[in-house]
Amino acid sequence: MTERVPAAPGSGRRPGADPVDTLAAAWADEVEGTSYVPMASDELQAHLRELAVMVVDAVLADPPRPEDGAEVGRRLVAAHFTGTATVERTLVMLTEQIPALYGPGTGPAVHAVTAALAAGYAATLRDRTLDEQEAIRRAVLVARHHTEQALHASEARFRAIFHEAAIGIGLGDMEGRILEVNPSMMRIFGHTADEFRRLRVSDLAHRDDARSVWELYERLVRGEIDNFRLEKRFYRRTGEEIVGHLTLSLVRDEEGRPAYQLAMLEDVTDRHRLQEHLAYQAYHDPLTTLANRARFTERLERVFAEAGPDSTRRVGVCFLDLDGFKTINDSLGHGVGDLMLQEVARRLENCTREGELVARSGGDEFVVLVEDSHGVDRLVTLADRLLAALSPPLPLAGQELSVGASIGVVEQAVRETNAVDLMRAADITLYTAKAEGRGRWAVHDPGRDEAETARFTLSAALPSAVAHGEFFVLYQPLVSLADHRVRGVEALVRWQHPRLGVLSPSLFIGPAEETGVIVALGRAVLEMACRDARDWYAEFGDGAPFVSVNVAPRQLHEPGLVAEVAALLDRTGLPSHRLQVELTERALTTDEGAPLKALDGLRAMGVRIAVDDFGTGYSNLSYLRKLPVDVIKLDGSFGEGLREEELSDEVDERIVGTLVSLGHALDLTVTAEGVETAAQATRLRALGCDEGQGWLFAPALPAADVADLLRRGAPLAVTTGR
Amino acid sequence: MERPSWVPDGVDVERPSAARVYDHYLGGLHNFAADRAMAAAAVADWPELPRIMQANRAFLRRAVRHLADQGIDQFLDIGSGIPTVGNVHEVAQAVRPDARVVYVDIDPVAVAHSRALLADDPRTGVVQADLVDVDGVLGAPATRSLLDLSRPVGLLVVALLHFVGDERRPADVLARYREALAPGSHLVISHASADGAPDRAGEHQSLYRRTATPMTMRTRDEVAGLLDGFTLVEPGLVFLPQWRPDDPSAPLTAPERFTGYAAVGRRD
Repeated sequence: MTERVPAAPGSGRRPGADPVDTLAAAWADEVEGTSYVPMASDELQAHLRELAVMVVDAVLADPPRPEDGAEVGRRLVAAHFTGTATVERTLVMLTEQIPALYGPGTGPAVHAVTAALAAGYAATLRDRTLDEQEAIRRAVLVARHHTEQALHASEARFRAIFHEAAIGIGLGDMEGRILEVNPSMMRIFGHTADEFRRLRVSDLAHRDDARSVWELYERLVRGEIDNFRLEKRFYRRTGEEIVGHLTLSLVRDEEGRPAYQLAMLEDVTDRHRLQEHLAYQAYHDPLTTLANRARFTERLERVFAEAGPDSTRRVGVCFLDLDGFKTINDSLGHGVGDLMLQEVARRLENCTREGELVARSGGDEFVVLVEDSHGVDRLVTLADRLLAALSPPLPLAGQELSVGASIGVVEQAVRETNAVDLMRAADITLYTAKAEGRGRWAVHDPGRDEAETARFTLSAALPSAVAHGEFFVLYQPLVSLADHRVRGVEALVRWQHPRLGVLSPSLFIGPAEETGVIVALGRAVLEMACRDARDWYAEFGDGAPFVSVNVAPRQLHEPGLVAEVAALLDRTGLPSHRLQVELTERALTTDEGAPLKALDGLRAMGVRIAVDDFGTGYSNLSYLRKLPVDVIKLDGSFGEGLREEELSDEVDERIVGTLVSLGHALDLTVTAEGVETAAQATRLRALGCDEGQGWLFAPALPAADVADLLRRGAPLAVTTGR
Repeated sequence: MERPSWVPDGVDVERPSAARVYDHYLGGLHNFAADRAMAAAAVADWPELPRIMQANRAFLRRAVRHLADQGIDQFLDIGSGIPTVGNVHEVAQAVRPDARVVYVDIDPVAVAHSRALLADDPRTGVVQADLVDVDGVLGAPATRSLLDLSRPVGLLVVALLHFVGDERRPADVLARYREALAPGSHLVISHASADGAPDRAGEHQSLYRRTATPMTMRTRDEVAGLLDGFTLVEPGLVFLPQWRPDDPSAPLTAPERFTGYAAVGRRD
């Protein structure tokens, strides 16, 4: 390659300096700041000098090499000289400076090389633009894809939550149209998704809705509140009623305007049914569906509470007891006995009128309350009517059975008496009627000596009766539902009255509690029960039953109770874990400290504590957690719906199941009272009950019979039927 | 219902993105019409803007080189945007060929683009995360596999903090990074400020409201407050071109016109 001789130095050229350096410095001056080039200033100078050498060489070559100019253009772009001013100033500078530095003769070659530089620059920049735009677009696509995937995953998760949620979820618009519901919501209502979409929120109204429900709804739709919660009734597709716990929330759009309404609904129908049933149970007798004693007492007390001191109101009761019912029960069995009670209840209810409340107060006792009596005549008429209603034979189980009844009638001015005295009078009068010969009524007469005497005699006789040992104890077995073997026995007290024969506790426990004799009586029962239990323990060892003894609230208030029991166990030699103490819910739910302290003391000793007639009191389950309790005894009424062989009451099953799991959750033994059929025993066992007590297994037995039973050692009632 | 944090915002090329506007100022071509329109509007109001952006980029280059000269060979560049011209790994690897760099950005396009650009370089990684999500940044698989947090790291938070409003507590965020990084680590920040040109800054801030990343100008004192707990390297907190210029003898005219502050702090 022939080098062209450099032209004579131009005017702008500094003596001694390489003209290329001058060119590079001028270049750097021109382009400085026109492009961002990631180089330090010395690197920039060096880079431009390299390019200047290439340009000068290309111009001075013979022939000139415009393709090198194109390469310089390419390198400018590569080094990121991409600002528009950069290329403009570069071209101007080169066309001015090279002829000035290397002689005007270079002009044509400079034009050719700079034109090629511009073309190379433009071509490279175009390619790079296309490449980079392509790259950024691809990046957008990738990013968009990722975003969509993430959204999709997000959506899928929310879908899954929506679909799998056990709670019903529904979305509606602000016009009240239902847009979407999840499967739980469909299940709760029995509607398909399409049926739901044809519904409006207002279609979910129920006739029992309080006005406030829909006022809250209107406020939410107006955007005044963001959410509310409530419980209300709904109709299922079938018309059936359900109770739902509803949370309705407002969903706002980005500007904060109401956009959607979101409903979350939990089906609490079962819980409600249980609550209602427990409430019903508390006031109704499940066998006859009549009001129970609690309901009766409440109504009676209200009569007294409502009447002022100047009230002229009068109140009356007929207290009725079936004659010879025990004989029927014993000879024909409980099933027939129950049918008889139901038929009697029906007849009594049919012959009462407005303002008269019929209640079953226990066993074969019924009571009719007349809230405004205006004189004894009405009560006497009523008593006649009641007896007349019972006189036709009862067609039961294919036979005609006759049943008689005795009635005690009391009628008094409200301000002259109180609920307790009134009932005591009724009790005594009934006793009088029975004593006068059955099948009749007697009217309470405060002036009549005999009644007064009878009442007084019974109450007054109690202390000496205790002292003379006129009381005795029977034992009803408590059986393991798993193997039907006897685990324990409940001690049941009876009074062997010298003149009246055997009296049931319903006749004397009340007076005993009122007079305080219950403390001495309770002590006597405990002593007898512990002795008998000790005898069984001596004979059968670990196979002996524990004994469960009823303790009255009053006894728990006795400061010496714990020490007494300790001494008794010590004296008799009965291990403490063989003794169980039964209390009513009422005794346990007292606010006073003494009973609890006594229970803690007994329990510390090893004595077990059982709650008797569980579920008939206040249904306040929360106390169970706090109290020293080992066993709950489910009231017999709970198991009644489970007796029939073929048919079982679903609600009863659920209630018992719930109570059992509640008991087990608290680590309590659950005993079912009133077990009468094999089917019932099987169901109770399936529901998890641990122990059962009732006629199916055994009636209340003398201690010697219990020992016989244990000696035989056979499980009780393993065959079906009775 | 609030969108969960693991779902990125939508990709919207009709809306200008700070990363792509910045790329445009640097002469890059990885941008869209919306980005260029916004850049043009900004430049019309404030003709020095491209120079300021370039000065910022030059500061980043000088700071990375300085850290590499100090022996730091791992970098965490948060708010990296599109690592094209003058990117951190090229600057760092020019000094320390084994230097490793993790780029972090919140913009899904910038992240996708970075991944495409850097796919062949095993010493770089890309994380999509928000600066304030300290655990998300430091716990990301790319961060954990490329950086050894028991050794000093160069933490680059360049031209980013003015996109972090006070309500997101940027000082607390930086303090959490400081606690997480090994002693000897360095924090590099630059921050836009209205101190030099208060009249223009207001308009500029309002312009950025159109992007997904609104802007918060801070005063010198406020910027200094963000650096609490770091020991500033010479020359301290200064205007962008004043931080260790390549040619200290070159005269600087009106450095405050480069309305941005720069500083490098060491975690002791």
